[in-house]
Amino acid sequence: MDRIYLDYAATTPVDQQVLEAMLPYFSHEFGNPSSAHYYGQQADGAIEQARRAIKSLFNADDYDVIFTSGGSESDNLALRGAALEQRKRTGATKILTSSVEHDAITQTASQLQQKSGFIYNELRVANNGIINLSYLENQLTKQVALVSIIYANNEIGSINPIKEAAKICHEKGILFHTDAVQAAAHLQIDLDELEVDYLSISAHKLYGPKGIGLLFKKKFAPLLPQITGGAQESGFRAGTSNVPLIVGMAKALEINFGKVESENIRLVKLRDKLITGVLQNIAGSYLTGDQMNRLSNHASFVFEGLSGNELLIALDMAGFAVSSGSACKVGNPKPSEVLLALGIKPDLAIGSLRITLGKFSTIEEIDSLISLLPEVVKRLRNEKRSENGR
Amino acid sequence: MADKVVVAMSGGVDSSVAAALLVEQGYDVTGMMLKMWVGDCDQAENACCTPESIAQAREVASQFHIPFYVIDVKEAFKQNVVDYFIQAYQDGLTPNPCFHCNRTIKWGELLRKASDMGAEFMATGHYARILKDENGLCQLVKGVDEKKDQTYALSGLTQSQLQHTIFPLGGLLKSEVREMARKYGLTVSEKEDSQDLCFVGAQGYRGFLKQYGTVLAKPGLIKNVSGDIVGEHQGLNQYTIGQRKGLGSGLGIPHYVISLDSTNNEVIIGTQDELGQNVILTNPFNWISGNHDKHFGTAQVKIRYKSIPAPCNYTILENGSIRIVLDKPVRDATPGQIAVLYNEDEVLGSGIIQSTMRE
Repeated sequence: MDRIYLDYAATTPVDQQVLEAMLPYFSHEFGNPSSAHYYGQQADGAIEQARRAIKSLFNADDYDVIFTSGGSESDNLALRGAALEQRKRTGATKILTSSVEHDAITQTASQLQQKSGFIYNELRVANNGIINLSYLENQLTKQVALVSIIYANNEIGSINPIKEAAKICHEKGILFHTDAVQAAAHLQIDLDELEVDYLSISAHKLYGPKGIGLLFKKKFAPLLPQITGGAQESGFRAGTSNVPLIVGMAKALEINFGKVESENIRLVKLRDKLITGVLQNIAGSYLTGDQMNRLSNHASFVFEGLSGNELLIALDMAGFAVSSGSACKVGNPKPSEVLLALGIKPDLAIGSLRITLGKFSTIEEIDSLISLLPEVVKRLRNEKRSENGR
Repeated sequence: MADKVVVAMSGGVDSSVAAALLVEQGYDVTGMMLKMWVGDCDQAENACCTPESIAQAREVASQFHIPFYVIDVKEAFKQNVVDYFIQAYQDGLTPNPCFHCNRTIKWGELLRKASDMGAEFMATGHYARILKDENGLCQLVKGVDEKKDQTYALSGLTQSQLQHTIFPLGGLLKSEVREMARKYGLTVSEKEDSQDLCFVGAQGYRGFLKQYGTVLAKPGLIKNVSGDIVGEHQGLNQYTIGQRKGLGSGLGIPHYVISLDSTNNEVIIGTQDELGQNVILTNPFNWISGNHDKHFGTAQVKIRYKSIPAPCNYTILENGSIRIVLDKPVRDATPGQIAVLYNEDEVLGSGIIQSTMRE
């Protein structure tokens, strides 16, 4: 069966150029960058070149680039490292995040609260999933050590006003982190302008390899290392550098920066066609997140009277790979916390569907999904009714 | 385009090979596992919904490049199988949960979901065959491996369910299936066959019933076949038909449990000569063909999963139930179990045993 991949927010295939850039570093240029000899120097040269290239793409002269194993590690490092170090410096014990963060943030903040004596508060978002800046400002007491706000949410695609939020925090001397794992693929991030203290990204969301990410850290921003050992990454993250993946990430980011503007124009057209097609052809369907202020590739919905998990299965069986916030590998679907945070009722939130587009998405794919989806939804709703009527 | 098939996968050898065969035959296959019941099942080995079984089935699915999903049917399973099971024991019956699970869960919930999700067929790893007659009707026929034949528990399926069913293992021996599992390099090829009821766990069914507060010990009378009171019992569940032990002494010659009368809560005992029943009345009967036009006939009846089919004749009664008269009395015809009529290898239909008699 021909399968159509429409889950680019989950991950993306590695770009051919990225793959080629990485290959020599698995075998030929295999040295350990920490080694003093020629082999080590070659490898070290490759990662420092990658670091410099990435800094230049993000206009990040004032930042350190710390390579990690991915977005989750970057989030963990930023939250733990900043919160612990800042408490030592100022005595502040509060961590404030939005109510629509990725688990890498919420679980880390919860653990800091439970095990390390921090207080974790969530900032309520509006029903489009976007934070309210004056709510944020009202929460910023001297007790707040760190604020972390997701740049663009993975489930609903809403984009937060990160520059403004960071500015408000800095005015009160509070550290600011953003998880830009989704955003980095579609927004041209300029750190000189954004001025956040920490920013997490991951390579595999933008046609780079899995298992590699980075944390931008503003120079002199406090950070307690979480993986201790050797002096790699200026002592902020021990462990032998993953040379091929670092090279691959730099290449992926370079390609992405070069294409993002034109690609966004293309993707927005496809996305809006999809959104209109779904909302017009399926009664009881609603867009989640913000209509305008959302990622160029991101369409997310809830459907009345069905299970998103079953919708995902039915679409998979028809050859479309999509995602649902309520999807569960062990057959026990629960409504997504993010959708509940938008004020969506659990019954409706369970019927969620996320369709995310990417560089291989075509108008034909969107058209064939739009023509299939109403029929699938209808079938599943009939099923649901007969279940309830039993 | 290839037909879409949902294959019910348990993580065991049979359903894994069934999935593999369907892929080989060119079907568009999706694997599904039913999450049925979360009692102590999570701990039980060989049960079908443990995290380990899920992981095994998922691994098999990925090996054959098919999607795999776990479908939650806990509520329906609880209502249709577990609650029925508990109630039946409370009523003094000996239920057959697999029969009910097949009818209401696998060919109820899963088949309906599969078809709503776009599948034409559902397949399982059961040892049974479906043959089509000249009119396109499905016949349910014993699996080639007589020892593994599972038509007994499948005999409650309807014609329309069978029309959408595939049994990829029906023509194979279990030994051949294991051999294929090895050939495919399945990690589950040496996994033990599941034995016990999937939901009762290590405690066994008596422990399970106790845990769910089933009141089984309702005292009543013990009578002989003439209706004379010969003693008292502490609950029908403590007796099985043919049992000799525990009937007390003082009766002179050895006595056996002849039948259990759940309506009157009585244990009927008798001598070895009196043991055995030759008449079985069933609940409304399910004819595999959908409409059976003969009002009486001869067949072979199987009264337990492991019993040998015995020659009989049957008469259809007005309410759709049937009256079966066996050529020779049998000892273990038990209300709640299933009476399955066969014509040689073909299943004619089945009904739940309501009562048994000696005539």
